[in-house]
Amino acid sequence: MKNGNGIFGSGQFVDHLIVIAGIMFLVVPLWMIFASSTHLPEVLIRDGLQFFPGEHFLDTYGSVLTERRGFTKEVTASRMIMNSMILGLGFAIGKILVSMTAAYAIVYFRFPLAGFLFWVIFFTLLLPLEVRIIPSYQVAAQLGLLNTYTGLILPLIASATGTFFFRQFYRSVPEELLEAARLDGAGPFKFFIDILLPLSRTMIAAMFIFMFVVGWNQYLWPLLLTTDESFTTIVFGISSVMQNIDESRIPDYHRGFALGILALIPPVMVVVLFQRWFIKGLLESEK
Amino acid sequence: MKRVQFDDKWTPVYFVLPQILIIAVFFLWPAFEAIRLSFLLEDPWGMSSEFVWFENYQDVFADPEYVETIVVTTLFSAAVTAISLFFGMLLAVKVDGMLHGGAGYKPLIVWAYAIAPAVGGLVARFLFSPAIGPFYEVLNAIGPNGWFEPTLDSTDAWIVMTFGSVLRQISVNFIFLLAGLQSIPRSVIEASKLDNPSGLGRFIGVTLPLLAPTIFFLTVINLSYAFFETFGVIDAVFPFGPPSGAQTMVYKVYVDGFKGADLGGSSAQSVILMLFVLALTVIQFRFIEKRVHYT
Repeated sequence: MKNGNGIFGSGQFVDHLIVIAGIMFLVVPLWMIFASSTHLPEVLIRDGLQFFPGEHFLDTYGSVLTERRGFTKEVTASRMIMNSMILGLGFAIGKILVSMTAAYAIVYFRFPLAGFLFWVIFFTLLLPLEVRIIPSYQVAAQLGLLNTYTGLILPLIASATGTFFFRQFYRSVPEELLEAARLDGAGPFKFFIDILLPLSRTMIAAMFIFMFVVGWNQYLWPLLLTTDESFTTIVFGISSVMQNIDESRIPDYHRGFALGILALIPPVMVVVLFQRWFIKGLLESEK
Repeated sequence: MKRVQFDDKWTPVYFVLPQILIIAVFFLWPAFEAIRLSFLLEDPWGMSSEFVWFENYQDVFADPEYVETIVVTTLFSAAVTAISLFFGMLLAVKVDGMLHGGAGYKPLIVWAYAIAPAVGGLVARFLFSPAIGPFYEVLNAIGPNGWFEPTLDSTDAWIVMTFGSVLRQISVNFIFLLAGLQSIPRSVIEASKLDNPSGLGRFIGVTLPLLAPTIFFLTVINLSYAFFETFGVIDAVFPFGPPSGAQTMVYKVYVDGFKGADLGGSSAQSVILMLFVLALTVIQFRFIEKRVHYT
């Protein structure tokens, strides 16, 4: 690999340059949005997006986090971040609970409908929420779930990626464990809680990290479901700023950019700090 | 299935019930509703509806705008897939081949997965913005003046949305391809070095065929991302709607069903999308998986 030619096989020095260029392609656009968020809009209108940070970091971010803005002047970015936290955590925890137990039933029990249920669950893997978005909205509306955290979270859980993830894992757990546990007189609940749960710790962590990011980054479902601004998530909150920017005479670029950066930082932190678990979660659940 | 299993009758029901309930209420019911509504024509006030067989489907396909939407969504998805696969592959091969420091680069690429489609859209919109975007200035400086107008021209709009969509996908492709490369046994790589001293020749002759299953799988992942998860990109770049000819099929389902209140037409489009996903899955299982090489 070290001494060929062309872009798919060249010297180490060139390799490093290529990788660094690729990283710049990913980092620089977001860096410029961050740097520009610390300038006043007058500067941006005069000189365009900025590469070097300005002097308005504290006042811009302070006002975005604490001042009520948006259409109805009811919601701060702090509130939006809290809503996103609830969505990310609720989605990750809910999905793990539901899929761990469902996979347990499918792998460890003999019951008449097992085969049929497996295919129903498999079918849900195929169709993302986006293709049935309008009827899903109507169902949520009929159940009175508009502008509730339950309505925000539950429909997103209705896909079985997690169930397959845990099914694969349970199947790799040695049979002897169950035999031994049964000899000791452990029932299905005891076996699940005392033996399977501790064994699944790494898988749970991987799934949790990955699903938190997936939940945090949702956009279309929160857009339909939350008409009341106090439920706006920070990722969806970007949209109201985007609309206002086009309408005002001196657009609030810096505030809009700050909101985008605030929406980006938490999932980036999670992905980078828990990189190993995140990668495991991504590789295993998309398979 | 395990060889040894519990044979309690009711216990598994408790365990599987939450999943089944959620799927029934939030998956099967809406999917069924989409199919049912796609055969109905509602009057404008939503008071009564009439069973119209395939009329909604005929109307949808008779609409040149819908046919155009299918074509441009496919082209956009192909572009997102090709670009993010290429860059993901390039970075994965380079990082994998490094003697030193490869692992240090990893988090600097992996983090991009956290860029939500809406954030990617925000970045793309302002980098290419006529008012403050550096790329807008550069593009119009190197071409005939005023040729690049993403708010007016659909091709230019797609360029902006493709940029906003690939940032995250490059990271996805990088992660899967790097894992694929690292699972190739050292002995295979050493042997291939003897047979084929050229880096590019070895990449095409040895690495690429071994990665074929991963590449195929990533093609499906990238296509379904571009088809279904880029709503946030479009809505952030064009909060008041993209120029004509620059919407994806999912965006049109939303606009027709939610803003236009054309439930029958929107539902017919939803059903078409479902059939499309099913077709993609059948192709995945039947045709291509047989032709790729597994080790």
